[in-house]
Amino acid sequence: MGEVKPYLMKKGAEANLYLTRWHGKKAVIKKRLPKKYRPTQLDERIRVYRTIHEPQLMSEAKKAGVPTPTIFLVDVNETAIIMEFIEGTQVKLLLSDITRSKRENICVKIGELIGKLHEKGIIHGDLTTSNMILNREGKIYFVDFGLGEKTMELEAMGVDLHLMKRALQSTHFRFTEECFNAVIEGYSKVLGKEKTESVLEKVREIARRGRYVAERREKA
Amino acid sequence: MKRKSAEPKYCLGIESTADDFSVGISTSNGEILANVISAYVPEEGGIHPREAARHHAEKASQVLGEAFRRAEIKAKDLSAIAFSQGPGLGPCLRTGATIARALAHYLRVPLVGVNHCVAHIEIGKLETGARDPVTLYVSGGNTIVAAFDSGRYRVFGETLDIALGNCIDVFAREAGLRQKAGMPFGAVVEKIAVKGEKLVPLPYTVKGMDASFSGLLTAAVNLLKSKEYRLEDLCYSLQETAFSMVTEITERALAHTEKREVLLTGGVAANKRLQFMVKAIAEEHNARFCVVPSEYAVDNGAMIAWTGMLAYKHGISTPIEESFVKLRWRLEEVDVPWVK
Repeated sequence: MGEVKPYLMKKGAEANLYLTRWHGKKAVIKKRLPKKYRPTQLDERIRVYRTIHEPQLMSEAKKAGVPTPTIFLVDVNETAIIMEFIEGTQVKLLLSDITRSKRENICVKIGELIGKLHEKGIIHGDLTTSNMILNREGKIYFVDFGLGEKTMELEAMGVDLHLMKRALQSTHFRFTEECFNAVIEGYSKVLGKEKTESVLEKVREIARRGRYVAERREKA
Repeated sequence: MKRKSAEPKYCLGIESTADDFSVGISTSNGEILANVISAYVPEEGGIHPREAARHHAEKASQVLGEAFRRAEIKAKDLSAIAFSQGPGLGPCLRTGATIARALAHYLRVPLVGVNHCVAHIEIGKLETGARDPVTLYVSGGNTIVAAFDSGRYRVFGETLDIALGNCIDVFAREAGLRQKAGMPFGAVVEKIAVKGEKLVPLPYTVKGMDASFSGLLTAAVNLLKSKEYRLEDLCYSLQETAFSMVTEITERALAHTEKREVLLTGGVAANKRLQFMVKAIAEEHNARFCVVPSEYAVDNGAMIAWTGMLAYKHGISTPIEESFVKLRWRLEEVDVPWVK
């Protein structure tokens, strides 16, 4: 597909990422491989759906002012996407090794970007710091929209922020609070206080939703 | 509190979070001397907390006696009493806690409150030799993907609503299936699903490393009521869809944490099809696949005894006045100083 032999850069959970070149530019092939553990019918449905929707959401995100890699080619038969390679560092890797104020700046910026997505009804679906890349100019790119969707529902926005919080809790447990507060600050800058508060109320509701039998029964 | 010797010998564990009442006894190095389980099987419907608690109170002395007989030790040989302090159903938890407090007070040994979810992970590690796994813990009340980092088990993924086991149980009840002791709904559905041939499309809901089962359950029940599909095909489709979801989030956590082991634990871990799926992703990422033996997959006292022993050896005990049950005690709130 590329001009030189692609080289396996990362073996992800649902796709392999290969480094290649595309008309002289550094590019990534994201190939969703068949999963032998699930029935073929279900497996194909999932891979094809995500291969088609991910690039659509990425270009919509770009229009909304959120940096995403440019899509070069979508090959539905191969369930592969060729996109621009972003030179930079995963936010996950640098968040612990920088000063508090730098960390806050990055998180505010992330919040603004999420706000811009939600403003246009774009739900990322997997907001983790591994899916954000900071480049040298200080621009943050969002990647991996495979679980995303297009909706204006408050519920979906709430889940998106809930996932962001959960990712901070599991991976950046020392700074969860300060990071999440900074994210909300940025989010609020874009969507306004009122909207932000209603999404946050949803986040609280989602967290309250019973994970343990007892709580659910009390509500029933 | 008197200490009989510097090295603790035996810890007794009481498990009563939901429908099972169980007592286990562990030595200080994790030899399980007894694991006696009494399951409460409702006549119809789901677990009624008060009815289950009544079952626990009625069976307690019998189960305790049987545990001592199997372990061939006396109550005075115990170094600590552990109990599942949460999360779970209030009346059930309180019944176990009351028995544990009385025993600890009477025997003048320390009481150790154990987190039920931590215990499922620890018994899995003990029985399989896993050291630092990504754990998929699936049962009637919990669906969690966790891994250790800096002193605690961190939750990477979980259900956003109901537990996987709960989803299967409710579907089975709606289908009019019957469970009995030793053959819970999960096993009944698994048996029927083997005869399924056609995959019926059902909602597949993965959000990040979390999953949601409530929409899947509603859709499956609606199809059941439409009478357009064979029960075999619906059981098969429900299992395939739900298991694919938890397998996918486990794979995500595995790729994210880059751990070298995957541990499958909790009641649903007994399902052969789920074992096959999780094993496949472990192999894909060159990780060792570990699954808890079925007698320790279900809720059991042995896991409480062993986790209580680990905690006790690390200086953790729970004063009686602080031994309130915690209905929503989250896994990541618990310090686990014994894990390095």
